Amino acid sequence: MVDTLLSISGLTKAYPGVVANDAVSFDIAKGEIHALLGENGAGKSTLVKMIFGLVAPDKGSMTWDGAAFAPTKPSDARRAGVAMVFQHFSLFDALNVAENVALGMEDPPKPRDLARQIREVSETYGLPLDPFRTVGTLSAGERQRVEIIRCLLQEPRLLIMDEPTSVLTPQEVEILFETLRKLKSEGTSILYISHKLEEIRALCDEATILRRGQKVATCVPRETTAREMAEMMVGASFATPEAKPHVPGEVLLKVQDLSMPAPGAFGTPLRSISFEVRAGEVLGLGGVAGNGQDELLIALAGERPAPAGSLFLKGQDISAAGPVARRDAGLLSGPEERLGHAAAPDMSLVENGVLTAVRRQEMLRNGFISWGRARGFAEAVIERFDVRTPGPQTAARALSGGNLQKFVVGREISQDPDVLIINQPTWGVDAAAAAFIRQSLLDLASKGGAVVVISQDLDELMEVSDRFGALNEGRLSPIRPVSELDIEKIGLMMGGAHDMEVAHVAE
Amino acid sequence: MDLSSINPVLLVASIMVSATPILLAAIGEMVVEKSGVLNLGVEGMMITGAVVGFAIAVNTGAPGWGFLAAACASAALSLSFGVLTQFLLSNQVATGLGLTLVGLGLSSLIGKPYEGMKSPTLPKLDLGPLSDIPVLGRMLFSHDIMVYFALALVAGVWAFLKFTRAGLILRATGESHDSAHALGYKVVRIRLAAIAFGGACAGLGGAYLSLVRVPQWTEGMTAGAGWIALAIVVFASWRPWRVAVGAYLFGGVTVLQLNLQAAGANVPVALLSASPYIITILVLVVISARGHHGAPASLGRPFHATT
Repeated sequence: MVDTLLSISGLTKAYPGVVANDAVSFDIAKGEIHALLGENGAGKSTLVKMIFGLVAPDKGSMTWDGAAFAPTKPSDARRAGVAMVFQHFSLFDALNVAENVALGMEDPPKPRDLARQIREVSETYGLPLDPFRTVGTLSAGERQRVEIIRCLLQEPRLLIMDEPTSVLTPQEVEILFETLRKLKSEGTSILYISHKLEEIRALCDEATILRRGQKVATCVPRETTAREMAEMMVGASFATPEAKPHVPGEVLLKVQDLSMPAPGAFGTPLRSISFEVRAGEVLGLGGVAGNGQDELLIALAGERPAPAGSLFLKGQDISAAGPVARRDAGLLSGPEERLGHAAAPDMSLVENGVLTAVRRQEMLRNGFISWGRARGFAEAVIERFDVRTPGPQTAARALSGGNLQKFVVGREISQDPDVLIINQPTWGVDAAAAAFIRQSLLDLASKGGAVVVISQDLDELMEVSDRFGALNEGRLSPIRPVSELDIEKIGLMMGGAHDMEVAHVAE
Repeated sequence: MDLSSINPVLLVASIMVSATPILLAAIGEMVVEKSGVLNLGVEGMMITGAVVGFAIAVNTGAPGWGFLAAACASAALSLSFGVLTQFLLSNQVATGLGLTLVGLGLSSLIGKPYEGMKSPTLPKLDLGPLSDIPVLGRMLFSHDIMVYFALALVAGVWAFLKFTRAGLILRATGESHDSAHALGYKVVRIRLAAIAFGGACAGLGGAYLSLVRVPQWTEGMTAGAGWIALAIVVFASWRPWRVAVGAYLFGGVTVLQLNLQAAGANVPVALLSASPYIITILVLVVISARGHHGAPASLGRPFHATT
């Protein structure tokens, strides 16, 4: 067919112990926005890497515009007209925008010409960007612009976007969609990878759904409900988390005018943050990545002591207390980064359990660790939170992201905290497991705990929170009840669309 | 103490000579570190270069061949480090330390028959009218070719990193090997090339010690020069011209303390001999106290392509 740009037939790729893609076939038409849907580990990334020439398929073939297409390296794919915006940005912090763009191009022009081209493209598509800024100083949204402009400069025929909206405010998402629709109207095909179903319904013409490496369905997103797509992804139906009715109790955690300088060269300072959380309540804190989420978690957890008089737990000033003292007092926390921050990668689940639970679960006997108790605790967490692991002695590193996340969240919840601070509780976790984690957070609150959920997933925050606040450049917006809010208002609380403008579609 | 016995013209001239081996090794190591690899084996590669260069120069009678052989031998040795760390993913710090021990042992084995011999040395370059300038000519323009080669190399490395695409790719690899890999650059190949370049430079530096600076073979003759080169890279915040400044500073202190010893300064000799190292440590502490100083973000981190 003439209209088909890329046709994939029977692509198979196996890694030791796992078939990442099993005979996947689908077509992408010219000027089509095609969604690729699937849970983590469904094989989306492997498939994309094969199209981009980073991985060679074991079996199967691709045709590009009617001719056989078998890229062996990314430059082959780029030459054919494939461009890719990566999920974890493929950017270099210490280099400037123009250098970053040049690294992603086959034949970059001279630096001065390149800077001019960057300015031109950024104006045409409403993505303002200074070519000589150092990338490390840019916000997440701006960094994504660098990636997109790098792709657009090569005038791609197929643009692959891997989870592009996870770092954007709703307004920025709308602007991105305008840019993509403009590209589509110019005849560019887009392969759009995401698990945000409402976005796919708003943007995409067709969707291919992968599950455990196999194509399980295709659908037209506009005519399918998000729930149906989610169930196709998971392969089963699952319960939506439900909050039990409860009345907020006394104030457990009070943060008063908390200000702290940025911890490192590329960090965010906290600027006079104040809020209260009551027993039985879930407070959701949203915001685009890099606006102070990590810094706030570190300050609340006690990894960096706060200025005196800024943190109160049950009326006691805990500003100067370290993490151990705060844990003893009933304030537990779970950071975003699973490997290396929430869990020690090369230590077993039992040992990782000991690291945060040793005192609250009374695992010490005369200064020695009681490994029997430690093992019992780890097994209880594994059992209760359905962590898929060969056993409690398995190293944390060996677990898949979702399973490790269930373990680290479960480890804190199992210790019955009075206050739980958790950053990105369901990041990279499949829909069913995410629903389960959210339900456990709600259950904790209904038992009288105070929960602070920091997340970039607005749907999650809308689902679990009673009240919502947004972080923007280290400041916290006024906190408002979720029942009064909609996505539009939340977007404005998060700082709106910064300095972006809508693409000049009329041109 | 008789300070008048120190001749400033000779002092500057000997600073240039004494800085050259460290400068060569440091500029090579800087390129290696810019690519994201921490090779602590500079000392071992230098001394291997020193002994191989000496042996070849003695046997052929041509110091040029000595330098060439030294560069090749040290590059080969550094590639063993490259294979271990880049393909077999061994720990860079431990492997680098091992490389130093191997180099020291290997050099004393090879060097045994050459102890006490004298080698042919490099002739002073005749730069014509430049060399005839009073004072300056004697200070700056009456050295052998390697002194100028080292400075030219600094300029070359600077221009390579700043202006060429290959230099940009090298810096990008050291900054984030995952990003570089995602864009399709061959991280391992780039790093091996950088490691080999660093090895060759260290070898040249070592050969300069045994063929020009001393010129003789003695066991352990590098006496920590490789470690100083490593420290100078940090001191220089990974910038080529600052590497040159650092090397000349260290060379200067070394020569000055020798001159002070000769002039009979009223300071214990042991303290004077230690002074270059003490000053290096002090400078490093001061520099590090400033915090962020531009180390490549992937420095020393192992890279394994997870495709």
